[in-house]
Amino acid sequence: MCSLALFPPPPAPGDVSLYEFNNALVSGRLYETLPLAFQDQLADLPVLAIPKETLKAHSRLEHSTKPAFIHHQETLWKRCLNAWRDVGMCGLLNEIAGAEEEDLQWMKRGSRWALALCQWVSSLHGSLFPHLSLCSEDMIAEFSQAVDWAGCSIRAFAWHPHTSKFAVALLDDSIRVYNSSSATVPILKHRLQRSVAALAWKPLCASILAVACQSCVLVWHLDPTSLSTRPSSGCAQVLAHPGHSPVTSLAWAPSGEMLLSASPVDTAMLVWDVSTENCVPLQWFGGGGVTYLAWSPDGSRVLAATPSAVFRVWEAQMWTCERWPTIKGRCQTGCWSPDGSRLLFTVQGESVIYSLSFSEYSGELQGQVGGSKTASIVADLSETGFETLYGEERIGGEVHSMAWDPSGERLAAVIRGSPEAAESRTIVAVFRTRNSPVFELLPCGFLQGEPGAQPQLLAFHPCFKKGALLTVCWSTGRISHVPFFFVSAQFPGLSPRHSPVAALSSSASVREQPLFSEL
Amino acid sequence: MLLLSVVILIISIFNVEFYAVVPSIPCSRLALLGKIIHPRQVIHSAVHAIMGMLVAWCAAVMTKGKFQFLAVPCTASESLDGAVQHMCLNEYHLFLLLSGAFMGYSYSLLYLVNNMNYLPFPIIQQYKYLRFRRSLPALVKHSCVESLYLVRNVCVAYYFFGYIPRAWISATTDLHADSKLHPLDTLTGLLDLSLLYHTWLCGIFLLITWHIAWLLFKIYATEAHHFPVQPTFTEETDQCLPKILNSNPPLIIKFLALQDLMLLSQYSPVRRQEVFSLSQPGGHPHNWTAISKECLNLFRDLTQKLIMQQEAAATNGRVKQPSAGELGRSLISSEAAVSEEMSFQAQRSNVSRAHMPSLVKSSLLPLKTLSTSDLGSSFGSPFSSPALNRQAGILDLNSPWHGSVQSPHVMRRGPKLWTSSSDLQMNGSHQESFPVISVARVGNEAIQPSFIYTWLQNKQEQVRSFLSKRVLIMYFFSKHPEASIQAIFSDTQMHIWALEGLSRLVAASFTEDRFGVVQTTLPAILNTLLTLQEVVDKHFKLPHASSKPPRTSGSLMDTSYKTLRFALRASLKTAIYRITTTFGEHLNAVQVSAEHKKRLQQFLEFKE
Repeated sequence: MCSLALFPPPPAPGDVSLYEFNNALVSGRLYETLPLAFQDQLADLPVLAIPKETLKAHSRLEHSTKPAFIHHQETLWKRCLNAWRDVGMCGLLNEIAGAEEEDLQWMKRGSRWALALCQWVSSLHGSLFPHLSLCSEDMIAEFSQAVDWAGCSIRAFAWHPHTSKFAVALLDDSIRVYNSSSATVPILKHRLQRSVAALAWKPLCASILAVACQSCVLVWHLDPTSLSTRPSSGCAQVLAHPGHSPVTSLAWAPSGEMLLSASPVDTAMLVWDVSTENCVPLQWFGGGGVTYLAWSPDGSRVLAATPSAVFRVWEAQMWTCERWPTIKGRCQTGCWSPDGSRLLFTVQGESVIYSLSFSEYSGELQGQVGGSKTASIVADLSETGFETLYGEERIGGEVHSMAWDPSGERLAAVIRGSPEAAESRTIVAVFRTRNSPVFELLPCGFLQGEPGAQPQLLAFHPCFKKGALLTVCWSTGRISHVPFFFVSAQFPGLSPRHSPVAALSSSASVREQPLFSEL
Repeated sequence: MLLLSVVILIISIFNVEFYAVVPSIPCSRLALLGKIIHPRQVIHSAVHAIMGMLVAWCAAVMTKGKFQFLAVPCTASESLDGAVQHMCLNEYHLFLLLSGAFMGYSYSLLYLVNNMNYLPFPIIQQYKYLRFRRSLPALVKHSCVESLYLVRNVCVAYYFFGYIPRAWISATTDLHADSKLHPLDTLTGLLDLSLLYHTWLCGIFLLITWHIAWLLFKIYATEAHHFPVQPTFTEETDQCLPKILNSNPPLIIKFLALQDLMLLSQYSPVRRQEVFSLSQPGGHPHNWTAISKECLNLFRDLTQKLIMQQEAAATNGRVKQPSAGELGRSLISSEAAVSEEMSFQAQRSNVSRAHMPSLVKSSLLPLKTLSTSDLGSSFGSPFSSPALNRQAGILDLNSPWHGSVQSPHVMRRGPKLWTSSSDLQMNGSHQESFPVISVARVGNEAIQPSFIYTWLQNKQEQVRSFLSKRVLIMYFFSKHPEASIQAIFSDTQMHIWALEGLSRLVAASFTEDRFGVVQTTLPAILNTLLTLQEVVDKHFKLPHASSKPPRTSGSLMDTSYKTLRFALRASLKTAIYRITTTFGEHLNAVQVSAEHKKRLQQFLEFKE
């Protein structure tokens, strides 16, 4: 078991973690450059700073155009009809109960009774599942993977799974798409794009971005060759389902066919066939909703966390699930090993990382998730003091979010300091990992940003050739990339795509030459 | 109870008889009308009406009370002697029976209009019980609402026509209406809440039982079936996957086979290994050859169909707006691509394996049949635009039985640039496969029918212009553009599965194919996919092709067939990306035409 005491002390105050090289994390001042051999690797990645002040605040707080018009008294029936159309049954009852007409005493009384009954039932429901009484903004902030969703300028971040392109959702509900190979930065805005909680790029596709919004899921179809900086809202597909809002998590199938969306309010998670906008709800009562989804990279299993102390692992062929009750609290985050055989997850209220291993996936296990009987603790992250030259630092606490790099060699976790102790701070801890033949978790080091900056979001670059590249979004609005240079032990050539194309000339004249070398 | 189970049984038989995996979409209102009065549908409706009446009778007997019997003692007590009590007609009972019949008939109509005989395959695999449980709430809700509407319609119908059956019953059975009670075809009679409530309940009962039968049939019919790839015993040879794909089984079997192909390519390494295996003895990759050949044939057929449709649409566009020339020119390039691909294959067939010539032939075959029969049927509506029919005529002439390169007449008759290019291409490919052609005979034949044809054409146009001025006729004959597009893509679920299955197999072959059987077909696969991609792209650029699926309401009725083309576009792109991301730079060594190479490069750079 790995514990924080084994970690090297955090970098000196004022220093910024720059890169990992020769098995050591190097930190220094910002202007220090990378070793010459690796400079060209990062040259084209945009390093951004999006401070909060530059973002325009919400221009309209009201959701409708109502205040712009003069109030006009309509007849009760007309108002009822409108309320029914706009808000539904509750609105209708409210309208009748608040009516000024005198002659409808019995109706008013009846609707008041009905309203009271509704409120009582919903409060009962809310006492069972406390999260249901939150307003939707608070709910997103509670369940989002971002550390400070409500206050920080960056709310969500996603790397494109195949290219050097990423999308950032900002506090002002806009999304910017940065591409390393072009200077155009499309800014996506949509009427329904509010309170973005998660972003996900469609795999095996050039430029389709799914956005989890307050009321729906938006799917942006961006033209990668287009030079326009403001794609029209006609490029966005709206996927909405009654009772399925706010959406807090999204997951694409690694084969790109389906999209999963989850809402803490809806007990069903939805499987979307995005191109036809059809959806299949996967209902499973208990837990009161689904807060976080993670699809294993091999596409065989899905982690679905709920707001109560239970999470489920779905098997993605016949869609059956295994239920995992936890002891302390709800499952906060989780991540899969690249081969989908191991799940690391953390639980709210405990400062440890659990590991859950699954049997090797081969299509023959029809409808079985195949999880092991118990989860084991692989890392203890309870608070530890570090004696540095500049005084003692206390680090440790619950894990808020985790990311595992695509080669399975590095694991990054955002550790939240305990709220009672003032000096404990939020920090990124990086582990070295190995999945086969035995699972191993070894300390690597802490990452530190500029003075005063706290980590907000983590993501690994999906196809970095020289090791792993961690992108950290800081609370100051800065997005920095920290490369880890190493030679992967499991896949010496990394993925087959990057294997050197030896003597294969692209000339078509040579007919009978093998297409590719035997691997 | 026995009666009820008989009813359910008959309904199920009708479900089984009428199912279809490909929905039939009426392109105009006349076609819809024609479907309604088709004898098959009439029998369907009649039987459902009788079944509805039976169910209503059962319901009436079960409710007891005042609905139970057709004849009840009269309430009128003018006959003072209690011995002989008059029997009167119980109109409530009659109303219930008639409403049952009406509901049965409406169900049958809705079955037709909503394409309820279409079997939609689910997007995810689930166990039968879970699928049933998932759809049950929607089913109950839908039945309740539907029943409400039906009760309303029954009331309206009874209000206007209720006296006819009542008079008839009275006449035949010598029962008279009770004079004290209100007759039911008046407003006050119909406003009987208990009657309406019971009718509603009866409707719910009827719809729920029938819908459940329908749902269960759907679930069982679309369940994934496991076809063996390699026969373990010789008598199983007919049931194995490559055999079924290559023969012409009922469509449902073909659909299930393709679905199984998709599933095995995704989930089962063991069965993939069987696909890539060589035959013993002989060492031929029969399994892979059969599967890939069938998939490629499917794609080629679709490509041809789309090209035909685009040509028709391009002509339409030309009539309306003169700027459609660009479209025509782009069509040339697609034609050129097709012909290039064909010549490429013909060239390959000389050097490569034995299955190649058959590929060329099979890709020509649909061309011939399409140009004559398919065009005739799909442009069958005689009041569509004149240019469209002329187009069909020209293609008719160009088909191998009439035209040849040597007939300059045909060349001149083709008034548009792209027609002549397709002409060239057809004849060119024609020559490749049938090099011996009797020049003189064909030349003669080509001139003869064209005279008669022009005359007929003129007449036809006159008649058409006369008729098209009549509004009512236009109402019936006008084609709905959305419907005709849906009709083209109605069987696209097959292509989607074939795309997924084939691309996953090719991607898996990168690591799992030990004998290199996939390599030999890779150029053909890439060519076919890229050509199809071009054509599909072009299709979505047509003026009346919407680029987004219409909003679907979450109801019980499945309307997924309306949006299949969007699914096809998405899965086609995903399929190409799956192959390009797996093979990466190695694709540069695959022989494809320069244009496709450029396209592939774009896919490699994620710029499509």
